[in-house]
Amino acid sequence: MTIAALDGIQSTPILRETGRSTPHHVLEFEKPLAKLEQQLHDLEALQGQKQFDYTKELRQIRTNYTALLRKTYDNLSAWETVQVARHPQRPLFCDYVGMICREFREIHGDRLYGDDLAIRCGLARLGTHKVMLIGHHKGRDTKERVACNFGLAHPEGYRKALRCMKLAEKFGLPVVSLIDTPGAYPGIGAEERGQAESIARNMMEMSRLRTPILAVVLGEGGSGGALGIGVADRVAMMEFAWYSVISPEACSAILFKSNEGAAQLAESLKLTSKHLLKFGVVDSVVPEPLGGAHRDPRTAAHNLEQFITKALRDLKRCKIENVVARRYEKFRNLGVVIETTKRGMAKAAS
Amino acid sequence: MSQLPSQDAAPAKRTEGIPEGLWLRCPDCGDMLFRKVVEESLHVCPHCQYHFRIGARLRIEHLVDPGSFEEMFNDILPTDPMDFVDRKTYADRLESEQAKTGDPDAVVCGKAFIKGRPMMLAVMNPDFMMGSMGSVVGEKITRTIEKAAVDNLPLLIVSCSGGARMQESTLSLMQMAKTSAALARLDEQGGLFISLLADPTTGGVTASFAMLGDFILAEPKALIGFAGPRTIWNTIKVELPEGFQRSEFLQEHGFVDFIVHRKDLRSEIARLVDFCVK
Repeated sequence: MTIAALDGIQSTPILRETGRSTPHHVLEFEKPLAKLEQQLHDLEALQGQKQFDYTKELRQIRTNYTALLRKTYDNLSAWETVQVARHPQRPLFCDYVGMICREFREIHGDRLYGDDLAIRCGLARLGTHKVMLIGHHKGRDTKERVACNFGLAHPEGYRKALRCMKLAEKFGLPVVSLIDTPGAYPGIGAEERGQAESIARNMMEMSRLRTPILAVVLGEGGSGGALGIGVADRVAMMEFAWYSVISPEACSAILFKSNEGAAQLAESLKLTSKHLLKFGVVDSVVPEPLGGAHRDPRTAAHNLEQFITKALRDLKRCKIENVVARRYEKFRNLGVVIETTKRGMAKAAS
Repeated sequence: MSQLPSQDAAPAKRTEGIPEGLWLRCPDCGDMLFRKVVEESLHVCPHCQYHFRIGARLRIEHLVDPGSFEEMFNDILPTDPMDFVDRKTYADRLESEQAKTGDPDAVVCGKAFIKGRPMMLAVMNPDFMMGSMGSVVGEKITRTIEKAAVDNLPLLIVSCSGGARMQESTLSLMQMAKTSAALARLDEQGGLFISLLADPTTGGVTASFAMLGDFILAEPKALIGFAGPRTIWNTIKVELPEGFQRSEFLQEHGFVDFIVHRKDLRSEIARLVDFCVK
């Protein structure tokens, strides 16, 4: 398996088009942006061909473009955020590995049944840290996506992850878990081999693993499939990722018996990083470059690396007993209920 | 989380327990049964042994020594942290479910004796929003687990749920981690946890405490799985095999320790307690 090619992507969002052979995928709400991009592209080509000077016009369009980009991305609806998180050119696990790890040795198999390519595990060097890196990989092209089952993991994937976490515990390596999955696979084989048990077991063991754990939702945080490798001391989300108990489409299929309610339910599900920070489900949000990680993967990777190395530095300073105790408290306190007898109608936890 | 298509339409006939009237029809074999006979046999069809779906209060009545149940944590009430709206607001849904069941949320917890053995008990209520797990269910189950650890009592959780509650979104999801973490602590203390799976146990409940029992028991022919059959069908569009995700299927695949007829539950639980509690 090769790490998806990243060459040709340039860091300035505007120039991005020119350096790529594949056309840039345009989301519905990005259409006005695409129009400006096209204008810019045409004008640049014209300037190159005939020695006219369009510098002023170009600068004007660039300014407009950046302003529109900022305005669009500052005001993304929840449903639009879901689209960004699923953008076909958004960097995936293997892309990040290529960009942030100095060394990566992949480890295969759960030693029970097989090797699930939807979850990747390996020994990695990240800055000055040696870590056990775990993450969902969705795959880029069709062939790879099929091999990775679109990031929908089977029980063997979760069991491989747990096996690697136990190794990390044994050898004192922190665990870094990068989440990007629409959910755990709902299929016959997955049920036969105990999908539910594998996820439950992972959560139970992660809650008491005696080594620091970091989790970052890169793109999609789909339900138990995400949480199965997501119990951590620090849980973060990339700015335009989503994390929810159910995907808006599946939620709509249940509540509305069709896909039509997905956009409305995306709002109701409060699945964006901004909302989840408020509920304490995530501790931090890793900023993405202007216009999302797909416009500038290197900056996104840099921000991710900064977050991971800093969080690891902080966690390594604490005694492991305290780290594990605080991890328990963190999850123990999640949930919002009303307790009537104590303190009147106060919130027991939030 | 996959939930059963439960809150509306078809399965409601089955979930609402036993309809009023002298007679009722067994959903499995279709026989007309005398209501009183069914009630006397713990809501099991005397002909085909179909186990009717029963509410939490009735379940507790079946399970524990008469008069020994001491309810706890009943002062924890749900709220609507997400301002969730689908076809109805979550707040309205909660209100109507509370009126229907007389309980604040989908689990009943407390301390009880089973054949004279004291234990902590949490029973999920399929009549309340399909027994789905939101913050209240997670909190009450966690407190029951913690209480079992503190008082050094065996723990029995009866799961009967469509999964995590969508209306509390990610907070529901986090209840899976919370309950699992609490069970890890109980486990480290050497506490006994018996998980009983009733029809249905799916989604986030199966993928957390239900599958973490020291012993996992199931009632016959209960639907147990991660993804509900409809979710699977929607994804893979393949006809599911006969008996797929039923208790017997899970036992065959190694995920259920043994299947217990409702009439034998008390004695089997007491036996496990006798073997494991010093």
